[in-house]
Amino acid sequence: MKDLDSLAGVVELRHGAGGRDMAELIARLFVAAFGEGGEEDQAVLALPPGRVALSTDGFVIAPLFFPGGDIGSLAVNGTVNDIAMGGAEPVALTAGFILEEGFPLADLARIVASMAQAARAAGVRIVTGDTKVVERGKGDGVFITTAGVGVVAGSLSLSVRGARPGDAVIVSGTMGDHGVAVMATRAGFDFETEVVSDCAALNGLAAALLAAAPGTRSMRDPTRGGLAAVLNEIAQASGVGIVIREAAVPVHPAVRGACELLGLDPLYVANEGKLVAVVPPEQAAAALAALRAHPLGQDAAVIGAVRADPDRFVEMETAFGGRRMVDWIAGEQLPRIC
Amino acid sequence: MRYVDEFRDPARARALAACIAAEVQPGRSYRLMEFCGGHTHAIFRYGVQDLLPAAVRMIHGPGCPVCVLPVGRLDMALALARRPGVTLCTYGDMLRVPGSRKGTLLRARAEGADVRMVGSALDAVRLAEADPARDVVFFAIGFETTTPPTAAAIRRAADRGVGNFSVFSNHVLTPAAIMNILEAPAVRAIERVEIDGFLGPAHVSVVIGAQPYEHFAEEFGKPVVIAGFEPLDVMQAILMLVRQLNAGRAEVENQYTRAVTRDGNAAAKALVAEVFELRRSFDWRGLGPVPYSALRLRAAYAAFDAERRFAMDAPPAVENKACECPRILRGAARPTDCRLFGRQCTPQTPLGSCMVSDEGACAAYYRYGRRARALEAAQ
Repeated sequence: MKDLDSLAGVVELRHGAGGRDMAELIARLFVAAFGEGGEEDQAVLALPPGRVALSTDGFVIAPLFFPGGDIGSLAVNGTVNDIAMGGAEPVALTAGFILEEGFPLADLARIVASMAQAARAAGVRIVTGDTKVVERGKGDGVFITTAGVGVVAGSLSLSVRGARPGDAVIVSGTMGDHGVAVMATRAGFDFETEVVSDCAALNGLAAALLAAAPGTRSMRDPTRGGLAAVLNEIAQASGVGIVIREAAVPVHPAVRGACELLGLDPLYVANEGKLVAVVPPEQAAAALAALRAHPLGQDAAVIGAVRADPDRFVEMETAFGGRRMVDWIAGEQLPRIC
Repeated sequence: MRYVDEFRDPARARALAACIAAEVQPGRSYRLMEFCGGHTHAIFRYGVQDLLPAAVRMIHGPGCPVCVLPVGRLDMALALARRPGVTLCTYGDMLRVPGSRKGTLLRARAEGADVRMVGSALDAVRLAEADPARDVVFFAIGFETTTPPTAAAIRRAADRGVGNFSVFSNHVLTPAAIMNILEAPAVRAIERVEIDGFLGPAHVSVVIGAQPYEHFAEEFGKPVVIAGFEPLDVMQAILMLVRQLNAGRAEVENQYTRAVTRDGNAAAKALVAEVFELRRSFDWRGLGPVPYSALRLRAAYAAFDAERRFAMDAPPAVENKACECPRILRGAARPTDCRLFGRQCTPQTPLGSCMVSDEGACAAYYRYGRRARALEAAQ
């Protein structure tokens, strides 16, 4: 197991074969970083009182390491955020790894350390996991699946169906940072940018918001498909329309610049550390103040309002002074020719 | 953002809107075609139409290269992509457009074809150099804006002896298409062209200059104002068109003076002329065959011509006869006048060019039906 000690080697099929090599990998890499798991086939948890929230998410990303994060921090924060958006306090995560034969152990160690750090920052434990190794060429380095469990206290009930005409629509910060940061590092795009991913756990921010605005109807983290997708999901599920103001949507200047260059729209670019909240109008000011008081919500803004609309359209008053539809994205956003 | 925000200033937009409203003569309508997809994009993205008086109606032209590429040519590219040993490179927005059997380049890739998205034609040459065992084909589309970069890539490949690089040229020409819109005899026989003036292309005109439009401004009595792609550019150009129409003038004017000259970019034009020559005719989705409207590689560069290299046969055009795109593109019909609209022809299964991209008139109607109709009712 010298390879594991020095991390000079690569993942081999034996690391997933169920024998001693796999036990060593789990003990020296995963258990060492996460501080638990490894011996039993399951984790047994004592949960605080309340209803249980469960969520799972698979993570595949190229490149694995990007400015502001990596697949490890993404895998922890992604599931933490999915749980937190239901108003639940996340308690514990599981982590499943699919490793490709030949993947450098040093990179795996970096990813695992990043997961441990992200879990600590979010205040969740990684309690059990799984490791599989696939032959070279049958994976993309590493895929991670996390599942999480959390607890919703009291009678709190957040739902994408909860938006009502008159409600305020709030975002917790700048839109599009993660997507642009990742895209800038991909092969084929020759540009440099100062943008870093916003990858972060939102449970603290969400708790602060709910404490200040207990009437909050709905929270979502605008990941794939960006803000536009979340607004359309809310409008569709709640049977309402939404009008946002472009000038009110916070976008980092470098993200705007990159989007100009590539012909992309920040409304459709992914975020990994932002939330969208629908809040009754009388609690909007308190919600905004609570978000802004939190380190992850300093750029929070009220960007628009819910209104009655049988067509369930999402529209935007443009900064230019016109109005446009904000539709779902069709497939992946691709750079335009003209 | 400097040099961007100045051209999107809402206060100036309101001032221009007030000017346009003040110039519009009562009882008169102004049907203006923006030829370019770039202008259509700006009009939709910034909501320019909302700022215009009801009398000004924008007609979205055929200047979206993805939209006007005939299905047959896309089928040829799909067949090429599926050949063993071929790496097909193209621009991003081409990847999703469905061919005749609903296959897209993205689907071909999912089925095992080597399809790559590139940001420039030169990237395709680099790919070819990096992997001499692959036949790298650049699926080139676009108007005069993207043609010089393709020509530069071909020259680069020739200079460096990159034998495994070729280009499937689908480059098309703006003036020929505008001419076709104005003079197609079939259309003139049925009804007159319902277009009062043109917003001239921005980037295309940077290359070809303002001069090529002078002919049809004079010949057809239609004013042309070359406009930049920012929303204030568009509004200022609309104001200039309204003023020309009010004064009974039909001239070529240049709003986009910060980038466009009368003669254009001589170096780019020379490069294109060296590498490309005119095709006798080329099919346009939505317009049908348009004479002398597209470019192919000259014989001197035959080695880099994918059509010669792979002995590709051009399939016949398969335009649906019921498709109203030719009339919609000439301002003579609305999307909802078409029998195919929303039935056989939808954004998922586009038959005509106006349904292909989000910016096409039919796609906009389909997605935003109520809003599009409300805008129209207001006019």
